[in-house]
Amino acid sequence: MRRYSLPLIIIALFVLTIGGSWLGILDSYIQLVLLYIGINVILTVSLNLVNGYMGEFSCGHAGFMAVGAYVAGILTVWLFAEDKVFGAPVLPIGWAFPLFPITLVIGSIAAALVGLLVAIPSFRTRGDYLAIITLAVNYMVKSSIENMEVIGGPRGFVGMKRVMNAMGDVLDAPWLLIWTFVGIFATIVIIRNFISSTLGKGVEAIREDEIAAEIMGVNTRRTKVAAFMLSCGLAGLAGGLFAHWPGGYINPLMFTFLRSTEVMVMVYLGGMGSITGSIISAILFTLLLELLRPLGVFKWVVIPLLLIVMMLRRPQGIMGSRELTDVFPRLRAFLQPDKEVEGYAPASD
Amino acid sequence: MTLDIFLQHLLNALQWGSFYALIALGYTMVYGVLLLVNFAHGDIFMVGAYAGFFIATFLLGQYGFQLPFTLPSWLVLVLTIIGSMTLTAGLGVGIERAAYRPLRERGANRLYVVITALMVGVLLENLNLWRLGGADRGFPQLIRKQIYTVGGVSFTNVKIIVIGLSIVVMLALELIVRRTKVGMAMRAISYDKVAVPLMGIPLNRIIVATFALGSSLAALAGVMYGTAYEVISFDMGIFVGWKAFICAVVGGIGEIRGAVAGGFILAFVEIFVVALGQIPGFQWLSSTYRDLVAFSILLVFLTFRPTGIFGAPRRQKV
Amino acid sequence: MPLLQTSGLTHFFGGLRAVYDFSLSLEEGELLGLIGPNGAGKTTIFNLICGVYRPMEGQILFNGTNLIGYRPHQVTATGIGRTFQNIRLWNQLTVLDNVKIAHYSKVKYGIVDSVLRSRRCRREEAEIEKRAIELLDIFGVASYAHELARNLPYGEQRRVEIARALAAEPRLLLLDEPAAGMNPGEIDQLLELIQWLRKEFSLTVWIIEHQMQVIMSICERIQVIDFGETIAEGTPAEIQANPRVIEAYLGKEVG
Repeated sequence: MRRYSLPLIIIALFVLTIGGSWLGILDSYIQLVLLYIGINVILTVSLNLVNGYMGEFSCGHAGFMAVGAYVAGILTVWLFAEDKVFGAPVLPIGWAFPLFPITLVIGSIAAALVGLLVAIPSFRTRGDYLAIITLAVNYMVKSSIENMEVIGGPRGFVGMKRVMNAMGDVLDAPWLLIWTFVGIFATIVIIRNFISSTLGKGVEAIREDEIAAEIMGVNTRRTKVAAFMLSCGLAGLAGGLFAHWPGGYINPLMFTFLRSTEVMVMVYLGGMGSITGSIISAILFTLLLELLRPLGVFKWVVIPLLLIVMMLRRPQGIMGSRELTDVFPRLRAFLQPDKEVEGYAPASD
Repeated sequence: MTLDIFLQHLLNALQWGSFYALIALGYTMVYGVLLLVNFAHGDIFMVGAYAGFFIATFLLGQYGFQLPFTLPSWLVLVLTIIGSMTLTAGLGVGIERAAYRPLRERGANRLYVVITALMVGVLLENLNLWRLGGADRGFPQLIRKQIYTVGGVSFTNVKIIVIGLSIVVMLALELIVRRTKVGMAMRAISYDKVAVPLMGIPLNRIIVATFALGSSLAALAGVMYGTAYEVISFDMGIFVGWKAFICAVVGGIGEIRGAVAGGFILAFVEIFVVALGQIPGFQWLSSTYRDLVAFSILLVFLTFRPTGIFGAPRRQKV
Repeated sequence: MPLLQTSGLTHFFGGLRAVYDFSLSLEEGELLGLIGPNGAGKTTIFNLICGVYRPMEGQILFNGTNLIGYRPHQVTATGIGRTFQNIRLWNQLTVLDNVKIAHYSKVKYGIVDSVLRSRRCRREEAEIEKRAIELLDIFGVASYAHELARNLPYGEQRRVEIARALAAEPRLLLLDEPAAGMNPGEIDQLLELIQWLRKEFSLTVWIIEHQMQVIMSICERIQVIDFGETIAEGTPAEIQANPRVIEAYLGKEVG
């Protein structure tokens, strides 16, 4: 029984959130909040790879999210919906069902490729420059989209709702939430597997001492590019999911530097180099944003103040670089009873 | 493009470049001394503009009560500039004291200071948005605009004043940095922060001076910007300020000559890209693409010369 | 053929000549010492070999391969391991991770494998973990495996650094002042360890050191440099008697 405790917890969460939404126990507002939480979790965990584990300063995450959002959104509309620009759907609407995740993956790949374009010049230069370049890229992506009238320009792009409705016609379930849940799971597994492998640990070595890492055999250039592409690809996944939100539209204003700042806040709030920290802070921060919504603009006075105070008092964030199982060792024993208790390798004498 | 059109654009670029340069100087000086990108600096520029706005409107008696005497508008301008520069310098110094110094003294990771700086910027923007609303404000006309035409080129006295004043200020800064003790200390700190206090130089005081200097230059740019374009907005720091940061980087961050060079170069690129778009055949280079082209040029440039024009690579001892 | 051969190695930092016309022929199995006053350029030579800097002139041949233009991680992969003058462990990572990461050049699985946690990845990871713990065991620091590197006492950190340098199974080991900060007792242990490592791992060792006790007792051959140039070469006895060496360290006799 203990062996399956972690999968059981995941299933329980799934049942609560998805089941609750499906059965209408959780109303549409709560479902929307759950969606935001889910997307923020993916964004935060993926940015943490670059800003936390690798110790870089990428501040344009929303730009890659935008790439994923537009590519996935346009793809679903082009393939499955009647649209002014793209004309009749290319494939019958029933195909939206199995092909939806494929469009998400394509959106992610697109975002990862843009990440590759960004990574190549950035990592040849000194560390500080990634900040400037990602800033510029964020702006350039938004600006490019605004200049592309064919996909709506500054007014935005619509049509995704039709696809989601069509999926609902086949089987009435909260599809977006389901796929978001899958996305979160995939993100956590991918990042965790990568960072716990020797290849992935090279990322942390780069943060600690890049030159020593290079001399000790770590291919720093390849590692940095790979980590960055992974991070951007997952941001694209978040974007693709976001593009299909119930509002049914996306526009460039959703992907500005302010959005990137939100993700950065969540990363630093949760603790650089902690996946559980990112998850916790994404949940808390999204809820905080919702709670403070009635304050209007004032909430954006409160939030930076909060973070400044946090930097002064507890800069390592909620979890620092520890995971939940580091803070609660018994929790680790509970979740992974097969693993030997770590820390006591045999001494030689 | 005929010569007079070219000269017209040249003047525009010089004015625009002045703003960039003045703001970029603030970024570069703070970076030189603290190795910190003060992300709040663009919003300091915005604060300077608004401080100037309130001082000017107050002195012009637009707040319900008249001053016992009316001031000639040139005097209002001078007082506005001085007042705004002082107040904004105070704000810059205050931010350093309250937010950056505690982290610095604790030896906190540089990253934390950068995040704090970013948050301070966001805070300033949203304080403005919250208290003053999102509408743009009209900056009072403090200089009676006169248009001169020489050859085929027309320009206003405002433009000349802005360019002239900026050049004077930049020369003054050059003097300060090269000839005064404070300036030399600033340069010394940028080379070796540890040795400087051991030599008896009060590190904190020099840092305060750097922030004061940088912020007051940004304030000057803010007031001049308001005077030249007559409109200020809460997000002007984002648009103008961030680009100025890029100017500092292109010029070589930490190098004062770099900030000035970068400022004028980016301005020239932007103006002439738009100018080019008016030539038949280049219509696609509309002004919406201006920023995009400017950024692309920046990125390409940084790929080949990452330390900027005047920057020297900081060698790490292995 | 010598294992490591350099000729005419020259490097400038700006206008400063750091290394000049440095030539070396290191046979397999040798233990060579590199000594010289502070600032003579010893660490710079190590850095040139490792690919941290690209020499302005000169050649570096390791096992017949020309190393000029290689990036440091490629140099490591050819079989050169190294420690640093100031310990450069990855402080916030565990001791075990420090040694595991140094196996990077031996890793054959790719990023996709690591993300999917494929069988190939898991197998290699188990091997790496086993090897890393074995290495820590040899150096007597296995009990610290899950401790953060920065928490270790100084002597143990030095040993972890050497263990880390051996992770990639080098044929040549570069030790940059390994005895720094040690007391005579610890130095004796270190010397025994180095000799043992040479035999056990068939290593060629090149040491930079200041401490005469180390140099004179274990080095078979010594090369002395001053201001980036070689000023003497020979056995410890020959070097001790060499007037140029004495002058470099102690200065000229007055009168």
